[in-house]
Amino acid sequence: MKRFSALDTKLLRDIWHMRGQAIAVGIIVACGVAIMVMALGTLSTLRASRDAYYERYRFADVFASVRRAPENSAAQLREIDGVQTVETRIVRLVILRIEGLEEPANAQIVSLPDDGESTLNRIVLFEGRYPEAHSPREIIISNAFAEANGLATGDTVEAVINGRLRTLSIVGIGDSPEFIYALGPGTILPDDRLFGIFWMRRPALEAAFDLDGAFNNVTLTVAPGTDTKSVIDEVDDVLAPYGGTGAFDREDQLSNAFVESEMRQLKTMARIIPAVFLVVSAILIHSILNRLIQTERQQIGLIKAFGYSRWEIAWHYLKLAIAITAGGVVAGYALGFVLENLITRLYAETFRIPDLTWRIDPFALVVSAGAALGAGIAGAMSASLNAASLSPSEAMSPAPPVNYQQRWLRYILQMRWLDEPTRLILRHIFRFPARTGANLFGVAAAVMLLVGTLFTFDSIDDMLDQMFFRTNSHDASVTFFEARNDTVVEELARLPGVVSIQGVRDVPARLESTFRSERISITGLPQGGDLRRLLSESGTYVDLPPTGIALSSQLAAMLDVTNGDTVTAHILDGTRPVADLPVTAIVDEQIGTPAFMDLAALNTLMRQAPTVSGAFLKLDPEARTAFEESIIQRPGIAGVSLRAAAIESFEETLQETIYIMMAIYAVIGGAIAAGVVYNAARISLTERGRELASLRVLGFTNQEVGYILLGELALIAMVGIPIGCLCGVGLAHLIATSMATELYRIPVSVDPSTLGVAALIVLVSSTAAALFVVQRVRSLDLIAVLKTRE
Amino acid sequence: MNRSTDSKYEQDDTAQSDILMWGRSLERTYVTGEVSVHALRGVDVSLRRGELVVLLGPSGSGKSTLLNILGGLDRPTGGELHFETQDLTNANDAELTRYRRRSVGFVFQFYNLVAGLTARENVSLVTEIADAPMKPDEALDLVGLGARVTHFPAQLSGGEQQRVAVARAIAKRPKVLFCDEPTGALDSATGVRVLEALERVNRELSTTIMIITHNVGIGDIADRVLRMSDGKIVEETRPGRARRPSEISW
Repeated sequence: MKRFSALDTKLLRDIWHMRGQAIAVGIIVACGVAIMVMALGTLSTLRASRDAYYERYRFADVFASVRRAPENSAAQLREIDGVQTVETRIVRLVILRIEGLEEPANAQIVSLPDDGESTLNRIVLFEGRYPEAHSPREIIISNAFAEANGLATGDTVEAVINGRLRTLSIVGIGDSPEFIYALGPGTILPDDRLFGIFWMRRPALEAAFDLDGAFNNVTLTVAPGTDTKSVIDEVDDVLAPYGGTGAFDREDQLSNAFVESEMRQLKTMARIIPAVFLVVSAILIHSILNRLIQTERQQIGLIKAFGYSRWEIAWHYLKLAIAITAGGVVAGYALGFVLENLITRLYAETFRIPDLTWRIDPFALVVSAGAALGAGIAGAMSASLNAASLSPSEAMSPAPPVNYQQRWLRYILQMRWLDEPTRLILRHIFRFPARTGANLFGVAAAVMLLVGTLFTFDSIDDMLDQMFFRTNSHDASVTFFEARNDTVVEELARLPGVVSIQGVRDVPARLESTFRSERISITGLPQGGDLRRLLSESGTYVDLPPTGIALSSQLAAMLDVTNGDTVTAHILDGTRPVADLPVTAIVDEQIGTPAFMDLAALNTLMRQAPTVSGAFLKLDPEARTAFEESIIQRPGIAGVSLRAAAIESFEETLQETIYIMMAIYAVIGGAIAAGVVYNAARISLTERGRELASLRVLGFTNQEVGYILLGELALIAMVGIPIGCLCGVGLAHLIATSMATELYRIPVSVDPSTLGVAALIVLVSSTAAALFVVQRVRSLDLIAVLKTRE
Repeated sequence: MNRSTDSKYEQDDTAQSDILMWGRSLERTYVTGEVSVHALRGVDVSLRRGELVVLLGPSGSGKSTLLNILGGLDRPTGGELHFETQDLTNANDAELTRYRRRSVGFVFQFYNLVAGLTARENVSLVTEIADAPMKPDEALDLVGLGARVTHFPAQLSGGEQQRVAVARAIAKRPKVLFCDEPTGALDSATGVRVLEALERVNRELSTTIMIITHNVGIGDIADRVLRMSDGKIVEETRPGRARRPSEISW
């Protein structure tokens, strides 16, 4: 059997000779492939595990809250066309008292049927059992909450249920598809310590919340192919008389929306970032092959003279590119699996999906290999065709000498203060504009990629700053079970430790513009309050307009309205009034898609006396504990969230992820820069080795020759880094835009230090690569140059 | 008097100050794997100030090896080598670089000009690192290229390129100029112009020049001709500049 043809043997030797460069390109390809495999693989793992979870534990299709609907209204819901299963429940936020926990924790209590298991949103039980039928004390708690607080079956927790402290005993630990991403009131990151889900038999809850023979929450499944929007409308019609606040489907279900948004980020990542790597790899392959073909001109002529066809020549060089790329693909798979495993583990801590373990996604493998090989072939194409089109006689004579004469350049280079080595560097840069451009692109791409990824950490800082300081200067926020007369604000003001307080009212509503409609919540704020403030899009404080409605910029975009337009507000609470409101301000908010109104104007619209549904408080830090003690004993309080605890948990949750992601980005960004510079320096060295050796013979030191070799790259880096910074800011905008969801928006704020870090990573990695090459200057053969013709 | 012997060496070189550099019992052995090649087998050689020496010999006779060692590109594996008062026998890389930089000029067979620099800039490249160089244009005038200073190598003929190389080599006023087959790549007429340039440099600047060639005819322009064979100097003759460069051809 024939093993290798002579040409293939040459191919393998060529690769062996240029192994340094092949490895450099391979690493860049590997990074691109790894990120694609990681992102697409994680995406498919996440999607498959989630879908299986939803299916198996019967995640509902439509969700609705209502103030108090009689149980018999459920029959009406069952009659809606397309509805398959209806399950009514009681869902309530309660305040917890946990041994050893300073801050007040919250739990969402979800009712279980009197007996047996739920029909929808069923619990996956990890430990223990279901509460006994009708048991008023036994609960199942969510797994993450149990882990974070070291709770196990047999333990007890104390909950303030409607103002009364009750001791609940844990009989089971489980999760449900409804709470893959479990968010407490007023937070955007899960805090497993301070927020959990409790499942409890319904009778005790009916009694506690005055919901005998009634429900305040309902979930439904619809038959496949049913239009959920029309079901939602009908559900709203049925529940409206009982204080329904608007039904919604999975798309707006908080936990599911967060999972979706994460998947969207992965998709963006899989699309944008590997593309940068693959373009750089294509450019490198192009330059390597061009150089190789220059050196092998005479061989090509000879091979052609022997009778090999043009196609065989072109294919020979394409194969070389394919071989190098394929090596990168295989390495990329391995790296991708490692990263996917890592990321999946991180996700498993945030997204509570059973069996969230990484698996190999064949689609990701095929797509990434296809993209990488495509890029490799594209990069090799022009050089291979050039080789193929050389005529044997032309190829066997040496390449014509490079003509450095450029009229315009002459004037620049006549500057007296330039020394010859520098002149040589400049002339080289301008003589080969395509190559200079490619190297410039490579360096800039590395910086761009770093800026475009590292900026997210600045954005998180910016988000935290806006969320916890610029817009919210309160220390605590309190949510009531129901809207109450605003005299409660004065009562709360008398609690120990309260320095100042302002009431707030949240009202569910549907806003309509000419063509669009969005279900949102309108927040009513008192005039002149400084505990919750609004920012203009340029970042300056704006006063709440006394009339009309202020929309967050995302909401304005979703509704396609601007300042001065009118929207119709369908209030989904109370008497469900409808009113046309002029848009009187557009404000900058990063979380959600809120709308704001003057509190008095909102109450007037609701045709209600001054009413609030919660309050923001400023606390005396000395008296915080006293405040916490007294607030949780008051009836009617559904939740308390403390800013200090929120900041702490935010930072804690993000810390680990941030370090891991930072390290990954730094390594891959550095890899690009190192690969580009190494490759450029190697090509330069092969091409000019003879020239440089001649200079050594003439008495130039290794350092002086190194300067000529690397000066060009240093200059390219000096220009490429600022270009990369600019492009990086552009990439940041692109990524932020494509990752923005209704849940949150990533502000593009690139801190100068991030530009500095990106530049530093690129400088360090490219200097290392350059020094690696420059040490070869020492081994230049000084004697050979005297004897050989170029 | 055509054998080079120790006694001859002593006898001729009584005026020590006249000697620019000398080597005694120089040996160079290349070891590749299990094979040793003795490229130099005990060579005694000296160069006087202002002398034009031609080193003749067939391929493999060791003449390039000798030039590499005299020029500070390689070290002998035996014997000793001195340049003026400096002992080069065991000089390290940096010392050899300094020696080449200060004292030596090279002219290569294939010119080895920097393609990205003009004729003048190629010369400046060397004058910039020299202690007391001549002006680049002056050096180019000397080789008859005063009118082509702004041309790039690609725009010059082979003979012109070689003369730029000569100008580049002498512009730093080296004490010794080593020329390895300077006319090897040139036809007779162009080669003669290069030799004329070298001869003029030798005459006007009193630069010691050693030309390696296997072209016997070139020997006639030299003060002294050394003939090498099998790693040794086997013959020394003194044509005493019997002919001018323009009178020879090949």
